[in-house]
Amino acid sequence: MSTVHIPFLQTGTLAVGGRLLDDAERSVQSQADRPSSLTRGHRACQGCAEALAARWVMDTAVEAADGRLVVANATGCLEVFSTLYPESAWKPPWIHSLFANAAAVATGIASSLHAQGRDDVRVLAQGGDGGTVDIGLAAVSGMFERNDDVLYVCYDNQGYMNTGVQRSSATPPSARTATTPAVGRQPGAPQGTGKSMVKIAMAHEIPYVASATVADLRDLEAKVRTAMSIHGARYLHVLVPCPLGWGSSSSESISLSRAAVQSGIFPVVEARAGELTDVQRIRERMDVEAYLRPQARFAHLFKPGGEDALNRWRALAEANIRRYDLLGGRP
Amino acid sequence: MTQIRIHGRGGQGVVTAAEMLARAGFLAGHEVQAIPSFGSERTGAPVVAYCRFADVPLRTREPVLEPDVVLVQDPTLLGPAQPFAGVRPGGLVIVNTTEDAPWVREHAGDGEVDATVVTVPATRISLDTVGLPKPSAAMLGAYAGRADHVTLAAVQQVFRDRFPGRVGEANATAAAVAYAHVRGEPDPRIVPSAEVSHA
Amino acid sequence: MREVLEGSQAVARTVARCRPGVVCAYPISPQTHIVEALSVMARTGELRDCEYVNVESEFSAMSVSIGASAAGSRAYTATASQGLLYMAEAVYNAAGMGLPIVMTVANRAVGAPINIWNDHSDAMAMRDSGWLQLYAADNQEAADLHVIAFAAAEELGIPAMVCMDGFVLTHATDVLELATQEQIDGFLPPYSPTQVLDIDRPTTIGTMAGPESFTETKYLQHLRFLDAADVVEAWSDRFTEAFGREAGGLAVRYDPDTLDRDRSAPPAGAEDLVVVAMGSVIGTLQEAIAPMRAEGLPVRLVGISAYRPFPREALKAALGESRHIVVIDRALELGSGGVLTGCVGRALAGTGSRIHSVVAGLGGRPILEGSLRDVIARALAGEQRGLEFLDLKTGGVPVPPVGATEVAR
Repeated sequence: MSTVHIPFLQTGTLAVGGRLLDDAERSVQSQADRPSSLTRGHRACQGCAEALAARWVMDTAVEAADGRLVVANATGCLEVFSTLYPESAWKPPWIHSLFANAAAVATGIASSLHAQGRDDVRVLAQGGDGGTVDIGLAAVSGMFERNDDVLYVCYDNQGYMNTGVQRSSATPPSARTATTPAVGRQPGAPQGTGKSMVKIAMAHEIPYVASATVADLRDLEAKVRTAMSIHGARYLHVLVPCPLGWGSSSSESISLSRAAVQSGIFPVVEARAGELTDVQRIRERMDVEAYLRPQARFAHLFKPGGEDALNRWRALAEANIRRYDLLGGRP
Repeated sequence: MTQIRIHGRGGQGVVTAAEMLARAGFLAGHEVQAIPSFGSERTGAPVVAYCRFADVPLRTREPVLEPDVVLVQDPTLLGPAQPFAGVRPGGLVIVNTTEDAPWVREHAGDGEVDATVVTVPATRISLDTVGLPKPSAAMLGAYAGRADHVTLAAVQQVFRDRFPGRVGEANATAAAVAYAHVRGEPDPRIVPSAEVSHA
Repeated sequence: MREVLEGSQAVARTVARCRPGVVCAYPISPQTHIVEALSVMARTGELRDCEYVNVESEFSAMSVSIGASAAGSRAYTATASQGLLYMAEAVYNAAGMGLPIVMTVANRAVGAPINIWNDHSDAMAMRDSGWLQLYAADNQEAADLHVIAFAAAEELGIPAMVCMDGFVLTHATDVLELATQEQIDGFLPPYSPTQVLDIDRPTTIGTMAGPESFTETKYLQHLRFLDAADVVEAWSDRFTEAFGREAGGLAVRYDPDTLDRDRSAPPAGAEDLVVVAMGSVIGTLQEAIAPMRAEGLPVRLVGISAYRPFPREALKAALGESRHIVVIDRALELGSGGVLTGCVGRALAGTGSRIHSVVAGLGGRPILEGSLRDVIARALAGEQRGLEFLDLKTGGVPVPPVGATEVAR
């Protein structure tokens, strides 16, 4: 199933009420018998976009798999806030092994299920940017390269938030973290560093790669559904604002995600077998400032001396807009 | 107990030779053991392997220090590998070369050792029969020709088992040619035409 | 049927007959021949209903095994040396989660300096990882131990390493008798895991345990490990009854005169010097000690088969009245002595035993019968020091002989 195109734009967003749609088109979350895979009682922070994204991803995947889903989780916030012994907030069968090995554990599960003739049971692996882009990259790449039947979801909050907000290789330039403090001649994370996991995944030419945000949960849901309709290695990269790490208000996680997309900073794309197949166009272009200013980690950009770095952000957005044609030919 | 040391170079099948010799020895009714002395897997590097035959199960894991038999699969190793080192008095040294025994003693730098030196052009025989410079079968055939621990039939059998079909047959022929060579018998490939039909 | 087989082939065939559901490995010398053989069997169909997974690292090999075991499959892998250390984090993790994975460790030295040859440094670095560690004295036992390992690991919910000396056993060819498919099917119970990622009965595996529960978790793991000695011994006894040959066990006894393995051999006496060792050096010791016994020298041999759990009681029983021990150790605790020696010493604390540590065979140095006899004779004469490096060349690092892989000393 592809994206549900909804003509009602009365709120200025795509967040139209499910009650206006046919049952079949409604969000999984709007249903009374939704799976609630990540259920109440977990210990996520206020405004945690990772918890929100994980719930939508998991519920959609559980529904798409007809309830037959097994999950492997990397060490990180998501694991820590959901499974403090003797409690668990997960309804599906779920395993946490280590920080760097979620993709390989998922391969093991998929191999075991295949050997048992249980190809009806689907496997999902998930982790944060640290467990995916940094320490777990080798295992993720190995899983991609073998085209193992696993959907891997990275919840990217752009740093090691679980350990107190240190820099990861997904931390953007200029961002203040505990290990890239906003002091010195080039405050915050160094310029020109960080890597695009979406491009890395595409380079493996796996069947499906997509990015999404919590600003458009129907889009996230649709991408999970698309991914679940395909076998082989699949990758979904979700931007998840972290109020603690980003220094933003817990009420701003959705609006920051929207600003990241509408400013061109975070391209929302789909790719199949290494080829870009769909791009979410910018509907109402925003300046990068709309994304950066609400975040305390970028506060130094708006003080004297921050102009250069701010201009580099604008250049980054422009480059993304050009590369992915985010304006669709519009000026 | 009979102890054998095999010298050769990576790619010549030294380790395989030790294993095949052990298999042939087992067919001949011995308890056997083959121990490769491995390095990194590099073609051309000197390699040593050992083999033991005994009437009781073999327990020791030490390398062969005092061999009864030494097989040298590559004559360029005569100097550096010291193939005569530790050879038991009255031992047997078989060298793959087109030269003769005095040449071997001279190049091994150990001319006084009390051992019988036998030469066999195993590489040439292998090229003629197998088509590859893999002298193992010929070397083991030569061994069978000069010692009673293994029989030619057993040597041929293990190569036929390992490489079923044409390759195994070619190796069996190589063994037979080398066997005849070291015994001063006629080359078995040169036979009266009447016998070829049922060969 | 007795047949001539390379140790690695024997292990691979026996593992295949244990019917693993997932085999996953990353190549490293000297483990390669084992996993190559299994990959061939997976392709030819000899290994049925099994997924063979080639991965990008040992860390992933163990991680795939963790996932497979948790999903309900009998999981197997093999590694050595740097590979074992590279997967170390996952090795501990598998034990903590109680997943009965079986892993062959083709024992090899740990660098630097890089060295591909045999000693026990690799497995010893994992001695407190919570895995069973069963050591093979020869290739027959290496093959047989895998059957016992699967059985004991699965009964206990504890993963098991089968340790076999790299090259010395893995690449050596011996006359062996493999357990047949029918025999193993009749011996090894089907895999019935206690915790599975089951969609019908969902469970959460691998939660975080805080200070309020971590100690208790470890205490329970400790108690389970104490059970392990009885379970390993029971499966070894069952193996002996079913197959008519000894394999595994805890502390291994040898006939005083023939030096053949014999579980009914008497304990050592007060006058005896006992040599304690582990792994393939046992065979060399059998040959080294037999002639000393024939001369009337009071020397006995005791082997350690289960290094983890360490068989304190079985060792003490085998040592009997003897208070004079020489431990042949293939791993070094820097600044202290042999690793096995330390365990023997702790087991014998308070007994007033004299214990000599002989560190031998590091990085593939051949262990010679003559050198062993020499060190034993000196111990008998009271001339041996507390710690000795067998055949140590003094005067710095020696220059290797021209050309060849080193043959002798």
